[in-house]
Amino acid sequence: MRISAPRRSALIAGLAIASSVALLTACGTTSGSGYGGDEATGLGEMEGSVSILAWPGYVEDGTNDPAVDWVTPFTEATGCEVTSKTYGTSDEAFSLMKTGDYDVVAASGDASLRLVAAGDVVPVNTDLLKNYDGIFDFLKMQSWNSVDGVSYGIPHGYGANLLMYNTEVFPETPASWSVVFDDAAVNAGKVTAYDSPIYIADAAMYLMFHKPELGITNPYALDETQLTAAVDLLKVQRASISEYWSDYLKAIQAFETGNSVVGTTWQVIQNYVSTGNTDVTLPEEGVTGWSDTWMIGSQAKSPNCAYAWLDYIASPEANAQATAYFGEAPSSLAACDFRDDCEAFHAGDADYASKIWYWSTPIAECLDGRTDVTCTDYSAWTTAWQEIKG
Amino acid sequence: MTSAPTIERAGVPPTRETPARKISVFLSQHARVRLALLLSAPLFWLGLVYIAALAALLITAFWTVDSFTGQVQTNWTLDNVITVFTGALYQTVTLRTVGVALLVTIIDILVALPIAFYMAKVASPRLQRILVIAVLMPLWASYLVKVYAWRSALSQGGIVEWLVTPFGGTSPGYGLPATIITLSYLWLPYVILPIYAGLERVPNSLLEASSDLGAKTWRTMGSVVLPMLWPAIIAGSIFSFSLSLGDYITVNIVGGANQLLGNLVFTNVGAANNLPLAAAIALIPIGIMIVYLGVARRAGALNSL
Amino acid sequence: MRLSRAARVTLGSVTAAILVVIYMPLFVVFVNSFSTSTSLTWPPPGFTLEWWGRAFRNAGALEGVTTSLQIALASTAIALVLGTLVSLALQRHTFFGRDAVSLLVILPIALPGIVTGIALNNAFRTILDVRLGVMTIIIAHATFCIVIVFNNVIARLRRMGTSLEEASADLGAGVWTTFRLVTFPQLRSALLAGGLLAFALSFDEIIVTTFTAGAGVTTLPIWILDNLFRPNQAPIVNVVAVVLVAFSVIPIYFAQRLSGSEQLQK
Repeated sequence: MRISAPRRSALIAGLAIASSVALLTACGTTSGSGYGGDEATGLGEMEGSVSILAWPGYVEDGTNDPAVDWVTPFTEATGCEVTSKTYGTSDEAFSLMKTGDYDVVAASGDASLRLVAAGDVVPVNTDLLKNYDGIFDFLKMQSWNSVDGVSYGIPHGYGANLLMYNTEVFPETPASWSVVFDDAAVNAGKVTAYDSPIYIADAAMYLMFHKPELGITNPYALDETQLTAAVDLLKVQRASISEYWSDYLKAIQAFETGNSVVGTTWQVIQNYVSTGNTDVTLPEEGVTGWSDTWMIGSQAKSPNCAYAWLDYIASPEANAQATAYFGEAPSSLAACDFRDDCEAFHAGDADYASKIWYWSTPIAECLDGRTDVTCTDYSAWTTAWQEIKG
Repeated sequence: MTSAPTIERAGVPPTRETPARKISVFLSQHARVRLALLLSAPLFWLGLVYIAALAALLITAFWTVDSFTGQVQTNWTLDNVITVFTGALYQTVTLRTVGVALLVTIIDILVALPIAFYMAKVASPRLQRILVIAVLMPLWASYLVKVYAWRSALSQGGIVEWLVTPFGGTSPGYGLPATIITLSYLWLPYVILPIYAGLERVPNSLLEASSDLGAKTWRTMGSVVLPMLWPAIIAGSIFSFSLSLGDYITVNIVGGANQLLGNLVFTNVGAANNLPLAAAIALIPIGIMIVYLGVARRAGALNSL
Repeated sequence: MRLSRAARVTLGSVTAAILVVIYMPLFVVFVNSFSTSTSLTWPPPGFTLEWWGRAFRNAGALEGVTTSLQIALASTAIALVLGTLVSLALQRHTFFGRDAVSLLVILPIALPGIVTGIALNNAFRTILDVRLGVMTIIIAHATFCIVIVFNNVIARLRRMGTSLEEASADLGAGVWTTFRLVTFPQLRSALLAGGLLAFALSFDEIIVTTFTAGAGVTTLPIWILDNLFRPNQAPIVNVVAVVLVAFSVIPIYFAQRLSGSEQLQK
């Protein structure tokens, strides 16, 4: 029986698809990274190279600005050649670490726990890092860089997500985050917010202060009801938003041109705005913030160079250079000897630091210790965030 | 051609029966073997590199991800696909994206037609060459730089505002209109080129005949040029439509608080680390483009890309 | 064509207006490369040559340009070969599945870049277990550049017809000789035009590249993306863009001359 040509081609196509499906299922898309080993007990020979994944501006080797270079001294001292890759958001960092291509990663708190859970980073033996002792105590062994008393990295610095406002629109300093939440409609179309699901914590922090009946004690530990309340608040805010920013150049530009007049910011953005009509403040409800941790990848091919980098970047001079370039407070008091702007960044101010709710990854096991409910995890926050943006 | 014994031809050396010659003879007699040889490398490349990768991705749409460790699990389920096709968020974003892509395509075609016509039919050969160069050059300025330039232009106090304020207008600022303007701008050369090529294929004699028969300019355009041009227009539209359908960078830079399908896919690959959901969302633009390509093929556009 | 004078003038001015709009952002970029403000606001507060000086000494930008050049050349070369093969197959033969093949060729560019990017990234990393790097980028770029070459070559093949090749065969030339001496010279300008467009596409591609580039590989668009983040570097990006546009005139001009001279022979 002759099968007609079109039917024949359809049959062949069908067979091809079926067999390739079977083949691909067999090969699978799962990559087993598994749990990545124990922490090192002693340093060995330097491997000659190290690959680092970090925020832009963290690993500068002079190619972008000859005057900005703290990598070359490191390479000269240890012989480890540095190759670096930058990422735009913590989520990108998390995806990139899965490739196993990087020895070191600078992770913010909203990525670090996920990295630990996925087995993409290993515990760090802080005894091997001589600069660890000098680091501010309020940065060490926190919920975002340690698990069950085991340290997973060395702190880099810290910064807060402050409230930035246009001094012409707000002649008096706003005292509360209400200018971007309940009263946002006053400046409809000119409010800005950070473009990441982690911003839900800012809404939660606001509700913690203004709606205590919800029972929020930690903005990263939200059960279903609390998350819904935060999401509703953000959906209302959405109507007044000019744009969400993840690229701080966008935020600088928006404030300079007046497209945004109030919203979340980083100190570095305020430092760069050149029109002189903006200022920042720490409102009464508190602020969220970030303290990045240098962590070591579980598939690191150069663990010794990795430890060397962690120690180097925590050394006062290198840390001062790196944190000053990015615009955040350094990790140690000694670093202030190499910076003249420690005041502006509230370096070492434990009181200021305590008002900061550092970015942490929301997980099902409530971070505030509650055991009677399951908290929403980051994937729930991500779905919620997409719905908020609409 | 048979392997005839050498005939004495003036000045032409006798053909030698080298292996290369034998292969050449064999090939010229067996068209199917030639075809197979021609197609093997490209099909191998496209099939292995592209189709297999695409299939592997789309299969993950039917799997799940363990949110704690971020590993993809091969549990077969239709949940992701159902969420994507019935969720309100996805329906809204899909409609918004298709709307943007259609508007961008229409704007590009409307803008491309006059300039392509001028280039193909009215300009002198020297001016034609200059115009083609002028249209192609912006392709070399980086996409990112162009989008940032539009961001700068559309901002408050930007060049657009400076231009329209005397007439009482305001700059659209960042948002969907800005996205549409920027995308139309970015893909314009890709739409102009096929339409220009199509117009070049319209013989001048036809136009002259039409005007000799008494048709005014618009009648000629509508009845003679446009039907011949239609495949080229659709061919150009394939680029602008598909490039707009999947774009996420432009929306990020000038789109204000909006998100399109590309952003949803990107967030799910990056932020959510949920490849199965991202693959399920990716089914939407793939499906739309396959339908679009089918329509384009019926219109004969695939021959005039 | 006989257009009324009014129609000519209108058309001419519409074209001019469109060209002004096309070059307006490039003008903004050009002016911003001299701006003293580091965050791209308009109008620029002041003018300086500092960025131009820095750009030419900037190792990162140069590395980006070199890498992108290598990748674009390699991808274009592969695309030229594969695109020509496919065009010859599709234009000179009829077979079942012909439409499917032409659809297949178009697919990489018709589907959104992000879909291609994550598909290839997934395939390279998990199925083939290949390290991401320059090779993976070249493979990705070549895949969607094939269609660009294919378009140009097949259009030319259609116009060429087969009579010259048949004559060559009648005169005793073998398959390869006919291709080398008859087909290829006629295809040359189409190959050049297609190659140039493919080169431009590969050079400027960002979406698929971010998903297929490994650590330490910086193409020019990746470098630009990195540096648009940094207030001190953004104007250098503008300088790079201006230089690229200026340099692009040369190859485009030559491509036009070549295809122009062929058209005059029609």
